[in-house]
Amino acid sequence: MDLLRFITAGSVDDGKSTLIGRLLYDSKSILVDQLEAIERQTKNKANGEIDLALLTDGLRAEREQGITIDVAYKYFSTPKRKFIIADAPGHIQYTRNMVTGASNSELIIVLIDARQGVVEQTRRHSIIASLLRIPKVVVAINKMDLVDFSEDVYNNIVIDYTQIAAKLGLKDVTYVPISALNGDNIVDKTDSMPWYKGLPLLEFLETVEIAENINLSQGRFPVQYVIRPQTEELHDYRGYAGKIISGTYKVGEPVTILPAGIQSTVDRIEHNFKDVTVAHAPQSIVLHLTDDVDVSRGDVIVPTAFLPKQSNELEVLLCWMDTKPLLSGNKYQLQLNSSRVRAVVKNIEYKIDVNTLENIPFDGSVKLNEIVKATIRTAVALPYDSYADLRANGGAILIDETSNITVGACMIQ
Amino acid sequence: MSSYSFDYLDHLESEAIHIMREVAGQFERPALLFSGGKDSICLVHLALKAFRPGKFPFPLVHIDTGHNFPEALAYRDALAEKIGERLIVRQVGDTIQRQQLTEPKGKFASRNALQTYTLLETIEEFEFDCCIGGARRDEEKARAKERVFSVRNEFGEWDPKQQRPELWSTYNGRISKGENVRAFPISNWTELDVWNYIRREGIELPSIYFAHDREVLVHDDQLIAVSDFIQIEAGDVVAVKKVRYRTVGDMTCTAAVESHAATLDEVVNEIIATRISERGETRIDDRVTEAAMEDRKKNGYF
Repeated sequence: MDLLRFITAGSVDDGKSTLIGRLLYDSKSILVDQLEAIERQTKNKANGEIDLALLTDGLRAEREQGITIDVAYKYFSTPKRKFIIADAPGHIQYTRNMVTGASNSELIIVLIDARQGVVEQTRRHSIIASLLRIPKVVVAINKMDLVDFSEDVYNNIVIDYTQIAAKLGLKDVTYVPISALNGDNIVDKTDSMPWYKGLPLLEFLETVEIAENINLSQGRFPVQYVIRPQTEELHDYRGYAGKIISGTYKVGEPVTILPAGIQSTVDRIEHNFKDVTVAHAPQSIVLHLTDDVDVSRGDVIVPTAFLPKQSNELEVLLCWMDTKPLLSGNKYQLQLNSSRVRAVVKNIEYKIDVNTLENIPFDGSVKLNEIVKATIRTAVALPYDSYADLRANGGAILIDETSNITVGACMIQ
Repeated sequence: MSSYSFDYLDHLESEAIHIMREVAGQFERPALLFSGGKDSICLVHLALKAFRPGKFPFPLVHIDTGHNFPEALAYRDALAEKIGERLIVRQVGDTIQRQQLTEPKGKFASRNALQTYTLLETIEEFEFDCCIGGARRDEEKARAKERVFSVRNEFGEWDPKQQRPELWSTYNGRISKGENVRAFPISNWTELDVWNYIRREGIELPSIYFAHDREVLVHDDQLIAVSDFIQIEAGDVVAVKKVRYRTVGDMTCTAAVESHAATLDEVVNEIIATRISERGETRIDDRVTEAAMEDRKKNGYF
């Protein structure tokens, strides 16, 4: 059984909680006592209806305000697949939390209220999907029951969204008309919309191809930790512990250690307490080299045949996530996988208006949740891949050295 | 190019090992919180995969309430001995004496909340900068919100509104003096994933996870083990029943479930069939209020 991680963004009004509640409920992932707890809580409220949002909003402040503030992770499985939902907020002031949820997702469900069509929030969520390079987009056109299951309404929304997708370069978009409240086209195909020829939502999620985003050609192995037992019997043992984030490693393969550029060869690969001849992403392994060379945490071991780019000047799309503004010239720590180096934001070219998708001139400072195109200079020439080519080696975070907070997300161009 | 299939348990395992190695790579003095329960037993198994043939870069630490199941304590000591790793045990009872804390009173008086005091004392004593814990996001809805690297202030407090963004598999473990991090490698595992993993890997568990005869107090549909730590009063219903434990916490606040499951396969089948959540069925302490866990976490609970 494989695993699909997907994100839904939005708030109670969009029907997001109802949709998630429906997926959990219909896959029997909501248990009796959890339902009872919701019922108990609902009794304290005025309208008396069972509120599935109470299931997803985990913090007191969220329940009180009826909004989602931070990502909650929800789990369910069907006989075909295991799912991890990043249930993320949709409001603009919590964009950084949505970005957190989006970064590990292979699919996004963009919810559109059929009565309202494409709105500002739709555009914002889509630009984040594009920025974070979520490979697949499902546009769930919800509340179809409130527009008499009209095919025309559906078609007009598809036409509008197709333009956004084209502008943002979202290539893999699927449209599903649903009613989360009634369960139309969620688990089973509904009779109310015979004009819809596609799969119901859950069946689509169960069958959508996801294997392609484990890249099998470009080997990337960031060293996390060096294992050196220094005991009598393991006196010369020196193993490089890490996770293969992309590609395949084979015993006997020539490799290069970056950023230094030292050449060596894979001597041994250990996985699961055993020696293996081949290992693949995303396995965590211990790698041994034939030569006694200097390798430490933060280095990346790559097959010499598939070298990444390397530079101390990175062109990035940067999402700013701190309440203090970003100022051009400020210094930060930049962390790309296990490697952390000092960095300075040198030049900010333009801002991206997340509502209109237009580029707008840089006006001196970058505020919370703004997205800019910038150049970052690093103290060491870093090995990297373009985020568009290889998500696993093209996304970096910026850390404020004084507060230690993660303040920026960089998608390297 | 080759093609191969990767099971979801392989994904979860590799993710957990990656997180443990990030802790080892980023922190000076980490620790692994180990209780002898199934989740922390999985953590030890994952640590063996992450660091062998080397030693663990952290000790095992148990905050002992003094109300633990003897079977779990025996298992704890035997496992530490078998793998040859350092085990540090600190007693909540000692903290209660030293800090003159007031013990909760009542029928099922639990020291669960007082564990936080001993944990913080222990963190100070050894200057731990990161504690690895076995919490899972599926356990409870406040936990569903917590990051893998959860930064705590000097009082161990979690501020759910000020969590650091945590992107991709990139974990920011930088902290200021006095702060520490709780790291949760099996955040994305569900209860069933843990059991399936234990079955797949053939991990040995304390005997109380399997059906056995036990004298229990029947209270509010819950079965509480009869021990020196709970009060039996006139009118209480006490019976010997065939039970197993779904979670292993304190004897005072962990309820047993009636079961005849004597093997891992049988236990897994029962977990698949159950319609009640792990905490709902077995933890007395989470029933208090809707936000019980959120409040305890804010106060420094792991």
